[in-house]
Amino acid sequence: MLTILFDGVAYGMLLFVLACGLSVTLGLMNFVNLAHGAFAMAGGYVTLLLVNRAGVPFFAGLAVAFLVTALIGLLFERTLYVHVYAKNHLEQVLFTIGLVFMSVAAVDHVMGSQQVFINIPSVLQGQIQIFGVGIGRYRLLIIVICGLLTLGLQLILSGTRFGSRLRASVDDARVAGGLGINVNAVFSLTFAFGSGLAGLGGALGAEILGLDPTFPLKYLVYFLIVVTVGGTSSITGPFVASLLIGIADVAGKYYVPKFGAFVIYTIMIVVLILRPQGLFARAAGK
Amino acid sequence: MPPTALLEQATRHLALRARWRPLEYAFWLAALASVFLFPGRHLILTEIAWLALFALSLDLILGYAGIISLGHAAFFGLGSYAAALLAKHEIINEPVAALFVSGLAAAVLGFATSFLVLRGSDLTRLMVTLGIALIMREIANQIPELTGGADGLQGVVIAPILGTFQLDIFGHVGYVYCLSVLFVLFLLARRVVCSPFGLSLRAVKGNPLRSASIGISVNARLVAIYTFAAFYAGVAGALLAQTTAFASLDVFSLERSADLLLVLIIGGTGYLYGGLVGAVAFKFIQDALATFDPQYWQYWIGLLLVLLVLFGRIYGGVIAAAVFGVSYWLRLSFFECALILLAVGAGYRHIRGWLDRLDARVLEFIRGARSARAALLQRRP
Repeated sequence: MLTILFDGVAYGMLLFVLACGLSVTLGLMNFVNLAHGAFAMAGGYVTLLLVNRAGVPFFAGLAVAFLVTALIGLLFERTLYVHVYAKNHLEQVLFTIGLVFMSVAAVDHVMGSQQVFINIPSVLQGQIQIFGVGIGRYRLLIIVICGLLTLGLQLILSGTRFGSRLRASVDDARVAGGLGINVNAVFSLTFAFGSGLAGLGGALGAEILGLDPTFPLKYLVYFLIVVTVGGTSSITGPFVASLLIGIADVAGKYYVPKFGAFVIYTIMIVVLILRPQGLFARAAGK
Repeated sequence: MPPTALLEQATRHLALRARWRPLEYAFWLAALASVFLFPGRHLILTEIAWLALFALSLDLILGYAGIISLGHAAFFGLGSYAAALLAKHEIINEPVAALFVSGLAAAVLGFATSFLVLRGSDLTRLMVTLGIALIMREIANQIPELTGGADGLQGVVIAPILGTFQLDIFGHVGYVYCLSVLFVLFLLARRVVCSPFGLSLRAVKGNPLRSASIGISVNARLVAIYTFAAFYAGVAGALLAQTTAFASLDVFSLERSADLLLVLIIGGTGYLYGGLVGAVAFKFIQDALATFDPQYWQYWIGLLLVLLVLFGRIYGGVIAAAVFGVSYWLRLSFFECALILLAVGAGYRHIRGWLDRLDARVLEFIRGARSARAALLQRRP
């Protein structure tokens, strides 16, 4: 029981790191980026190449995955995404689905279509017993890393100058622009950072979620559920939503395997019926 | 203006909008001609016909009511399974009746889920529609004793249509059947969108708040058109099941809904023919790409999507063809091709400006040609 809760929390934390970039870009630019999972996949494969082929230590691989994915995100944001912000939601959806298709085929072409695994150090394998509860070491690591990241994000958002600029831009981009905040620059940085986080999440999650070229399509739904359930106005919403989805999914698959995937879809639809703007949306939306 | 005169004017206006144009006759004559001209290609033409009907269904809600859906495959899939099950268990043998019942089943689902779609923003709608399609897929997956699960529903035997026309393996009868269904349902859809109801839908799409304030009951209309469109999608799915005598989980996939959006984007939304023209173009592009690059044709579809959004239908297509040609000619890898895409994106503003000037030139040329023609006509005695 507690093990399931623990696994669920680890899964949820992972989902949060994967999806929080998406939630911020959506809240900030009202931009639907379905290709977010492609960045996560990029991070996963970068780590795979580094750790398995070049023999780089696992943790260094994670750090590089973050940086490389953030750079790719910045590159794509500056050259391609920037032209699509002004277009309507349908066109944004098509544009980003196009990018997903391209990334799936390209990775399939280069890396092959089979599922791959990143070699994790032996220290992180196996379980440890705490008060009689079996806890996977790797999952513990995920919880620690993701917990620290969440804390860091919260501190950046609430404590730094950049954080207040970002919050101002999310609240009302036009007024923020009028106050002299360079909303585009804030957005580029956030996009890159969010992509980097997704890449890190993809690398960390390869062990649990699996990594193959269809990753962006397979987990797209999960990211979107987190974002829609959590709302886009803060990172607390997606965080709670991720934990909820993570625990519900793991518990659902364990207790009622026959209804495995129904559980989260049902949660999503119930939440959306009760609160169409997400769990934590402010009363007065834009 | 007195009310009767106003009413008369409105009626006249609607009648004018509903008039058949020469191009429309040409389109349907061409469709009829395709039956006799390409007997060897009836199988792919059949696919085009049900895809066109499916796209027509999405156009009804997207082009006329402004509802974005990423899960239209839910209705398509339900119709597909319904038709296959009806035939397999010999509940309704006659295909046309089964088609109607399958469509009704999809319409019931559409009606039930339309209330979810009414709520929230575009993103919520995307999610809810996608979620419904996924739930449908999961249901079909979890009851293998009824649906055959991941193996698909096999052993479906389709009885002769109207009791006389047996479907053949070359798809001749199937094509005529699909085309007739498409034509009849198209006529109905055309009648609906040209009616006052269709006009009010456009008003809702333009501005829901204002339409509500001039007395249009927004929600009721959205529910109506969503249910109606679900019926169409169900019929399209049933046509697929009947012509292939098979149904599989694939009918619910996200790719199917995404491809459908691409069809509409190629063809254009909001004039009914978009789905039909788009289906023809999409199938030919897909067919050509699949022969050329059987394994990775999705890459090129993705590239096409990106460029269509960036540069519009015509120039996007031209640029996609150019990138495709260059990468084929030089045997570039996918990543080099993606670099070209990034370069195109980086030079977007220049290219856009250049294209705009080209547009202006072309318009000027057309205007010049028109005035020259007018001058010539005037000089004649």
